[in-house]
Formats: sequence, C-alpha cells, structure tokens
Amino acid sequence: MPELLDKVWIVPAIMALSFLIILFFGKRAGTRATAGIGIAAVSLCLLFSVVVAGQWINRVNNPPTGEKLAQDIVKANGLTPQNAEDVEAEANAATHDSGETAATASGTPTVTPIALELASTGAESAAGATASEEHGSGEHGSVPPVVRTVTWFQMGGISFEAGTLVDGLTAMMLITVCIISLLVHIYSTEYLRGDIRYTHYYAFLSLFTASMLFYVMSSNTLQMLVGWELVGVCSFGLIGHWWEEKKNSDAALKAFLTNRVGDMGLIIGVAITFFAAGANSFNVLHINEYALSGAANTTLLLVGGLCLFGGVTSKSGQFPLHTWLPDAMAGPTPVSALIHAATMVVAGVYLIARLYGVFFAGLGIGSSSLHYVAFIGGFTTIIGGLLAFVQTDLKKVLAYSTISQLGYMVMALGVGAWTAGVFHLFTHAFFKACLFLGAGSVSHACHHTFDMREMGGLRKKMPITHATFLAATLALAGIFPLAGFWSKDEILAGASSGQESAYTLMLVFGLITAFMTAAYMGRAYWMTFWGNYRGHAKPHESPKVITVPLIILAACAVFLGFTNFPTNFFGLKLPGGFTTRFEHYVEPTFAFPPLQHAEFTPWLAIASTVLAAAGFFLVYQYYAKNRGPHGLTGRSGLARAGYGFLENKYYLDTIYTDGIAGATKGPLARASNWVNQNVLDGVVNGVGTVARVSAGFVYKDIDQLVVDGAVNGSGSVSEGAGQFLRRIQTGKVQQYASILFAGAVVLAGVFVFVI
Amino acid sequence: MLVNQFLFLGAILFCIGIYGVLARKNAVLVLMSIELILNACNINLVAFGAMWHANDVSNMSGQVFALFVIAIAAAEVGVGLAIVLLIYRNRQSIDVNDVDLLKG
Repeated sequence: MPELLDKVWIVPAIMALSFLIILFFGKRAGTRATAGIGIAAVSLCLLFSVVVAGQWINRVNNPPTGEKLAQDIVKANGLTPQNAEDVEAEANAATHDSGETAATASGTPTVTPIALELASTGAESAAGATASEEHGSGEHGSVPPVVRTVTWFQMGGISFEAGTLVDGLTAMMLITVCIISLLVHIYSTEYLRGDIRYTHYYAFLSLFTASMLFYVMSSNTLQMLVGWELVGVCSFGLIGHWWEEKKNSDAALKAFLTNRVGDMGLIIGVAITFFAAGANSFNVLHINEYALSGAANTTLLLVGGLCLFGGVTSKSGQFPLHTWLPDAMAGPTPVSALIHAATMVVAGVYLIARLYGVFFAGLGIGSSSLHYVAFIGGFTTIIGGLLAFVQTDLKKVLAYSTISQLGYMVMALGVGAWTAGVFHLFTHAFFKACLFLGAGSVSHACHHTFDMREMGGLRKKMPITHATFLAATLALAGIFPLAGFWSKDEILAGASSGQESAYTLMLVFGLITAFMTAAYMGRAYWMTFWGNYRGHAKPHESPKVITVPLIILAACAVFLGFTNFPTNFFGLKLPGGFTTRFEHYVEPTFAFPPLQHAEFTPWLAIASTVLAAAGFFLVYQYYAKNRGPHGLTGRSGLARAGYGFLENKYYLDTIYTDGIAGATKGPLARASNWVNQNVLDGVVNGVGTVARVSAGFVYKDIDQLVVDGAVNGSGSVSEGAGQFLRRIQTGKVQQYASILFAGAVVLAGVFVFVI
Repeated sequence: MLVNQFLFLGAILFCIGIYGVLARKNAVLVLMSIELILNACNINLVAFGAMWHANDVSNMSGQVFALFVIAIAAAEVGVGLAIVLLIYRNRQSIDVNDVDLLKG
C-alpha cells in the first residue's frame, strides 16, 4: 500500500476534477451521467480517506523513528525551521535510506514532518507527557502530523507555502465529509429529479465537497482562508439554488453577507497570528507551537484569537451572527444536510480545533476568568434551543437545533474539552444529516411542504423514514446508548471536571440544553409522525435511493458513539484497545496544549439522561396526551410576549435590518446628499470655474502668445537662415574646397599663434 | 641631418596641389593635384620618420605610413577617374564648374 498520508491533496483534486467535468460536460452527458460522475468521485474520495485514516492509525500505533531523530538533531542544534528540513533529510537518509532524501532541493516538494524546536520526546514534552499519562501504557508519545508543502510564491523575503497537513483530526474530517457527501449525492438523484438546474446543482455539490476537503487538510492559515471562502461561495450558490423565488436568493445573500462580517475577523485574525507566530509563518503548527511556548505576545494572541473567533461566530452560527443559518433552509434539503452536518458550519468549529494553541493561550482557556469562547458557545446553545420551540417548519427546528449543537461544540472547546467537542462534531454530523434527509423524505412525500401543522400520523405511512428519524432524534437528545449520549456526556464531564473545575455556568447551560433538545425534538417528532394526518397530500414511503442513505446514517447515529467508549463506565472497564479510541487517534499530540481529560462522571450521565427523558415525557404529555396549559398565549400576556419574543428571533433580524441598517441608512443618505450638494458639487463647480478661467488665460496668453509665437518664430527664423545659407551653397566643388582650406588655415593659425 | 629641405619640398608641392585643386577647371587635373597634396604629405612622413628614428633602423613607421597613403591614393584615383569618366559620358564635359547640381 503506497503511503497516502503525504499525498492527500489527491482527494480534493478528485472532487475539483469532478466539478470541472460536470460543469463543462454535464449538460451534454445527461442527468444520470452527471450524478454518476459526482457519486463515483465521492466514492473514490471516501476510499482514499479510509486508507488515509488507516495509515494514520498505523502511524500512531508505530510512531516513526527517523523523524524523531530529526527532531532531536534540530533541537540539539537549535536550528531554524528552514535548516531543519535539511537536517531532517539527513536523518531520513541515515535511517530510512529512502527516496525522501531527493526532496531536499529547494522548490521541489518536501516531505516535512514539521520539525520545530519543540520538545518532542519523553518527559520534556508536556503534551506527550500528558498523553502518555492518560493512556497509562504509554502507547504513543508525540506523533507529529504528516506535513507536505510546496512553495506557493515568494514575496518580501517570506515564502508562502501551500501544503497538506494530516493528523487524526484531518483524517476524521475527511471521512465524515466524504460519507455525508456521498450519501447526499445519492439522495439527491431522487430528491432533485427533474430539477431545472440539475447539472449546476451537482457541479456545486462537487465543488462544495472539494472546498471542504481542501480546507480541512490545509497546512497553513492562508490556505484555510481560501478553503473557507470557497465553502462560503458554494453555500451561496446552493442556498440560492431556486433563485427564482426572491425569498431564496435573499436567504443566499443573507448567508453570504453575514459570513462576510465574520470573514473580516478571520482575515484580520490570520494576519495577526501570522505576526504573533514569531517566525512570521502561516503554518498552523508553527503558530500553535509558538502560541503555546509562552514567548508570544499575549495581547497579540488575545486580539488574534478574538478576531478568529469572529470568523467562527459567523460561519458556525454562534450568537449573535447565527441569523443566516435558519434562512439557509431555503436551499434544497440535501444541501441543508451537507451544510449543517459535514461542511460549512463545522468549518468554524474545526478552525478552533485546528488553531487550538492560539485560542488556548490567547483566550486563556482553562486558566483565566475570561471564558469568552465557552460563554458564547453556552449562550448560543440556549438561545438556539429556545428558538426551536416556536418553529412550525420542520427544517427550521433542525436548523435551530444545529445552532444549539454548534454552541455545544464551541462550549466544549471553550472549556478545554477538545476531544469532547470534536467528538460531538463527529457524531452530530451523522445524526443531523440523518434528521435533515429524513425531513427531506417527509417533505418529498407531503407535497414539498415542511410545515409540521400539515403533517402528522406519518408513522404508519413512512415506516423506514419514521424509524431512522426516531433513531436520530434519540441520538441528538442524548439517550443511552446512542452516539449523542457519549459525546454530550463527555462535554458535560469536561465542563464539570476538566480544567480547574471552573465551569459551573457552562455545566448548567449544558444540562438545560440537554433537556431542551429532547423537548423540541420530541415536539417535532410528535407533530410530524403521530396524531392524525392534517395535510392534503397522499403520503407514501420514499424510494430506496432515499431510504438507504437514511438507514446508513441512522446506523452511524446508533453505533458511532462507541468509538470513544469511556475507560470507566459505571465500573465497566473494557480492555485498553476498546476505550477512548477516538481520543487516542484524533487528539493531536504535537503543538497541542496540555489538557486535563475528564473521566466519565456517572451522576452527570444519569442527570442528563433523566433530563432528556423528562423533556420527552413533558412534550409527550403536551402534544400526544393534550395535557398541560394549552392556549396559554391567548390567556397570558406574559406568555404572549415571550412567544412573540421568540417568534421574532429575539428581534435580532429586526435589529440588524431596521436598527443597524435602517438607522444608519436614513441619516447616512441625508448626510451623503448634503455632502454631495455642498461639498462635492461645490468642489466640482469650483473646479469647473477655475478650469474655465485658467483655460481662457492659457489660450490667450500662453497658447497664442508663447506657444504659437515660439512655433511661428522658429519657422521664420529657420526660413531666414535657410535664405541666407542657400547663397553659400553654390554647388561648385572648388568653392567648397577653398572654404575648407581657409578653415584649415585659420585652425593652423590658431594652433601656431594662439596655443 | 636636416629635414628642412624635405619640408620645403613638401610645402611647395602642397601649395602647387592646393592651387591645382582650387583653380583648375579640368576634373582630371584636380585629381592629379590631389595626388600632389598626398605626395607632399608622404614626403613629410618619410622625412620625419627618418629623422626621429635615425638610430633605430628597425622602426619604419613613417615609411610604412607613407606606403598606406600611396595605396589609398591609388584607390582614390581609381574611383575619382571612374566618376570623371561617367560625368564625361553624360555631359561631354569634365569642367568642374559645370557640375553644380547641388546648388541651393
């Protein structure tokens, strides 16, 4: 098996190729061929991703020795990273004796398992030491990621590099993106059957996947920025897929523009981290390593981290820039699944996870009283969850649920529970994709409506959709033993006992959300699948093309939680090879802060499960048994006000459009008008008058007198001179010769008598 | 050795040549006068060459220079006579005063 870890660029390249083929030949090839190309490309990518993941696992199990040797050499000599490559190549030559030595020539691709001055082995490495402690047996110390870079361009003495970085996080993201994308591709063949822009849709789907794959394997922040923006453009294209309706194109614009706000932060953050990295590098490992080394300027890191978090806020739908996310439901449902599960929105969470050193050191995770990341995340989970209660659109419930869950991930990263946050990203991708595709299946059966008031009783008519939706709902609500239970529980454990045990507020947020998630998902579930059918269509089960992806995703939602089985589960201690595998393979051990890993906490697991069950029970009583205070909004002004507050999404959109945009546009327009009338017009008119007067002066005095005078004068002078000189030119050779001799005589006289 | 006799001879020849060039109407005689000027120069060259390097027989630069001038004079006469011949064919005259087409 060839080593794929340093050749992962192939994966996005395949998708980009698929994009180009579909774009240029899709229309001619027909719909079946278009979908076929897309599906084949994603399948190939999935295959490669699985191989990459396997090779990464193998690398973790058998840590490389040659590169370690190289690091030791580098460390001993205190070399700069540039020289490090050479040293490392020497080391490789010494141990591997492989073809890698040929890569030292500058400009050629170099296989660089980044060798910094970082303490890499043994007790000197904080990260390595933690990892070894954590795993007891010391299964692996520090496993450096596989980095392969080429020089992109050079400017001002800095060489900008492009490259791939593969570690457990990248491998995990590759697999997640490829699986979800593949299932979405398959599902879309039915869902988008007969669509007018079928080729366009598949082309964008390919590009979307390519961008996300490109993003997750970037080795430097500049490249991440490119992937990030590409993802944004693709989401714009896909959300506005049915742009004939103004609502849809507005939603696409809103998503794009809201993301611009955060992207500004990201760009500034990238620039700041570039300078904060000490060695003026965009390389994420350099940045992380330098941020954690303590040598970096903390103010710079704080500002850089906040700016980067601005990007995360918009992309991952954190408060207060989450407003684009529900509107993004205007796109086709499979796209919603892709955006909300594997691509786009998790880009922000991935950014925190990837540049964790910057966030850890800059925003003081686990060490200061400034719990900015955790607080925003926790707050977002609550406000997202509350909004989900008042939605009647099934997809919007899921959209707000996504906001809430993204907040969960950010909160986990903010409290220092890195693995928990990333693990939740992983499990959430599958059950959220399942929920979205399930909602699409329901809508496919019910005349393309997502209004839950026109559904109900679909349980018997669509058994497979119902079963998968139920599984994913339970997983999302965190019911034992589905995937969501494990990841959610890890987050709560991390908040309760991880860094300094200082996150009581986050723990409360997390528990409230656990309750709310179960409640709103239960509401959506009951309204859709129970009771009597209230719509006008004749619902029927969807074809296999739709149900098979649902079944696969539901299976993932059920079983994937076991990939990070806790070491001590109510006293059940499985052998080391079965527990915390996800943490073992995904959590970086290189340029990574020393984190405390929370142990499984029985009382929290019980509490969160009980809360989730309580949520289901209350909603069951309210919707299925019709108990409780119905019609409260009609009787109580307070309830009505609360409902209105939620229904208007906390008036955030109103604040943005009326408050910020509206309040600024009126005075701004008047001020602009005044400036235009008085300043600009004055300037323009003044300039005009001055120009006219000066032009008259120039014409009369300068042009007529000076210029024309000079021209005419030179003409008459040369004519007179010509008239005079023509008399000399007689054409007689001997006359010329006598003048010549006379001249010679004069010169001779000068030579003799004067000089 | 005195060179003044040679220089006098050269000066006389030069003056005769100048007179011929400026005063004669016949183009062939003008050419011949130019030969006289060149030969006056040759005499000067050889004379000075012989004077400055009287003790150094191997240094013949003045004489060699004169040989170059003779060769160039031969070429010049060849071209000049060809021009004169063509002028005669066209105008049946070789009077230099008649050839004044460049008159301004």
